[in-house]
Amino acid sequence: MSVKKVHDDQPKEFKFSTENTKRVEEILKKYPDKNKKSAVMPLLYLAQKQNENWIPLAAMKYIANFLAMPYISVYEVATFYSMYNLAPVGKNFIQVCTTTPCLLRGADKIVKLCKEKISPNENEVSKKNNSSWMEVECLGACVSAPMIQINDDYYEDLDEKSTTEILESLINNKPLKPGSFRGRKNTSPEKIENINGGKHA
Amino acid sequence: MPKILINGKEIEFEKGMTVLQACELADVEIPRFCYHEKLSIAGNCRMCLVEMEKSPKPIASCAMPAAEGMNIKTNTPFVEKARKGVMEFLLANHPLDCPVCDQGGECDLQDQSLYYGVDKSRFVENKRDVKEKYMGPLIKTQMTRCIHCTRCIRFATEVAGVPEIGAIGRGENMEITTYLEKSMESELSANVIDLCPVGALTSKPYAFEARPWELKKTESIDVMDAVGSNIRVDTYNWEVKRILPRLNNEINEEWISDKTRYSCDGLLKQRLDVPYIKKENKLQKSSWDEAIALLVEKIQSFQPDEIAGHIGDMINMESAIGFKKLFNVFKSENLEFREKNFYVNSEEKINYIFNSSIAGIEESDLILLIGTNPRHEAAILNARIRKTFVNKKVPIFSIGDPGDLTYDYEIIGNRTDEIKKIINNEHEFTKKLLLAKKPIIIIGESALELKSGKYIFEKLKFFLIKNNLINENWNSLNILTQNASTVGLLDLKILNAETHNQFFINLKSKKFKLLYLLGSDNLDFKKDNEFVVYQGSHGDRGAELADIILPSATYTEQNGLYENLEGRLQECKKASYPIGESLEDWKIFNHIIKKLGYKDETSNFDQLRKEVLNNVSNFSNLNELPKIQEIKKNEIEADFISEEVGIRELDYYYTNSISRSSKTMSECRQIRQKTIKDGTNN
Repeated sequence: MSVKKVHDDQPKEFKFSTENTKRVEEILKKYPDKNKKSAVMPLLYLAQKQNENWIPLAAMKYIANFLAMPYISVYEVATFYSMYNLAPVGKNFIQVCTTTPCLLRGADKIVKLCKEKISPNENEVSKKNNSSWMEVECLGACVSAPMIQINDDYYEDLDEKSTTEILESLINNKPLKPGSFRGRKNTSPEKIENINGGKHA
Repeated sequence: MPKILINGKEIEFEKGMTVLQACELADVEIPRFCYHEKLSIAGNCRMCLVEMEKSPKPIASCAMPAAEGMNIKTNTPFVEKARKGVMEFLLANHPLDCPVCDQGGECDLQDQSLYYGVDKSRFVENKRDVKEKYMGPLIKTQMTRCIHCTRCIRFATEVAGVPEIGAIGRGENMEITTYLEKSMESELSANVIDLCPVGALTSKPYAFEARPWELKKTESIDVMDAVGSNIRVDTYNWEVKRILPRLNNEINEEWISDKTRYSCDGLLKQRLDVPYIKKENKLQKSSWDEAIALLVEKIQSFQPDEIAGHIGDMINMESAIGFKKLFNVFKSENLEFREKNFYVNSEEKINYIFNSSIAGIEESDLILLIGTNPRHEAAILNARIRKTFVNKKVPIFSIGDPGDLTYDYEIIGNRTDEIKKIINNEHEFTKKLLLAKKPIIIIGESALELKSGKYIFEKLKFFLIKNNLINENWNSLNILTQNASTVGLLDLKILNAETHNQFFINLKSKKFKLLYLLGSDNLDFKKDNEFVVYQGSHGDRGAELADIILPSATYTEQNGLYENLEGRLQECKKASYPIGESLEDWKIFNHIIKKLGYKDETSNFDQLRKEVLNNVSNFSNLNELPKIQEIKKNEIEADFISEEVGIRELDYYYTNSISRSSKTMSECRQIRQKTIKDGTNN
């Protein structure tokens, strides 16, 4: 991973929608007035949600002015955290976990599939499929490794076959339901064996 | 006082000190990169590790508060091993490009790796590659060399008050940059070059010019503004290669303004190196004999009242007194040094100096600016106001709108009526002022230029005396002069108190037939039939008007005394010698006096200096504040006129002939103007 680059083609203006403005007010209530710049992270997240999953410079400027912070401080925060996207991503934004547990369970195969089906490079929006993918660090679902996150949902217990199905469903614009693809419920143990009187997976 | 044990030696320290500061009291040097006395503590370079008894791990001494009974060891193998480890990590990604790095020879990393470096690198992976960042025309970047000490970030946010530098990304990918790689909008920006402990931020105009050990260093005084920052002039043969700050906690601390630092390339350009005479409407090269003969002929052909002299903004006191003596020879008294006609009462010293002193700003509990923009008029002084604002949250008020000063202030009005109300106790502000124990009132030249300048000054002074805000312990009356020469020349009584405005009236009504400009380029004056003599160093506005040009030395090429705005007498030293045929000012006067036939009236430099020292009122010692014993308490009548307090816009990078000749200053000015035009500034 290297420093995140800001996108070349930037929208000129950004403003929170009326609905989000209400949310901003709610967020600001959580912080004392003199520390209102603490709200920079939730506001950046909100801006990302509003703007098709990425944060334009105009939004950073808007938030900086809104919270009376220097531009560079907001920019620092936005570049520090990996979950803020500073360039457009696809409508289907696929994050492939490639940290050790997922990798041991075959995340590299999922990456290979993404390269084939979505786009040859990370963070490249394929126009045809309106999707993009990127490798990320641990998403905290190691118990059902390997897994991917598409927009807000986790797709777990994957293998090559199920991943192909999921990716193709995105391409055909008929997304599958998230959850375990081995029929597990709430990451429960799959087989129950009796060993020395105790129950083990 | 609490005690601490350092290497077995017991040391008393003040409460609130860190372990590193306590070690310094014990004369133990601790290596450091991120720690800097004038900045906040970051504790991220880890170079200052020391051993503390009962602690299993080494501690970062810069961030650890010292406490009673601590036992610190700094010279054990444990400490050395820890520091070697840190150094190895710092060098892991640092390129080995010292031979082509401008910091070489004055690099902290280089020096410290001599003691803590390992001879071989165990880092076999690829080194980090970081793109160069644009930071404006002054700062050259080579970000692969950066060790992330964050001194530059802390300087920009804390001292300069322009939070424009930051660290983007994280971990190994962290990069120091300005917001979207814009140039830094500060008059103090180049100080980050001195702060950078490695060669990541180096000086762009000085790039590959010289190595520090080749340069001759002269400790001198800056004359770009009236602050009198202490500087070191580094020369290579004749050429002034660079100017660096010298530590003086009473004036400039460790900083100097960009103009002070980078006007030095103007010393090489546009220089007048031979005398010129205007023939057939064209300036032509001439000789000293011819030029002086012509000048003397002209002087003799006019009446003494028809001859006038104007002294420029960077003239030292010896030259000024020599100039006065020259005028005495042909019995003219028409001398002036103000560029604009501002009111000044030269009767006593407190009337024209910054009485609270620059270091005194930190003690103040209320600041009122009247018609002044300290950010442009005295950038270093403004940094001190900001420091006080940040440390003490001192309330700052202004009459007139100075724009962005890097700190918050409240405008209480922009008309002289507000001042009248304050003086007559009809304004809310008066209560605040009288409640303050150590207020500071700073009156700028723009306010004194007003028609009611006399009223503002005299009535305000009387008001302060009446309310005991001018006393032996604290003097809240401050005048912010703009030129390096102003206070000194007022002390030398160049200005005739009775004919206060006569010069400007006569100049306007064209009474003068011969105008002798001594390094004066900023005088607002339209030439008609006057015969103009320009004696100075640069082909600037003055030389443009001239009929005779007498080339002279700049401030780095002659010795001289200057009084800064506090009335502190400081010596500017000769670092280089005058170019071509040009001469030091006092030598030129002697030539003219001789030619006029008054051989006995000539004086050498030592005589002039002695005379200067005898003439300075309330003089205590060189480099020290004047001693004020008595304060006159009479009220002087003045007329009030209701008018707007406008603050004269100062073209910061273009205030004098040296900075106007400087290429670097022109670049800075262009960028500043562009950002104002585009509205892309913060």
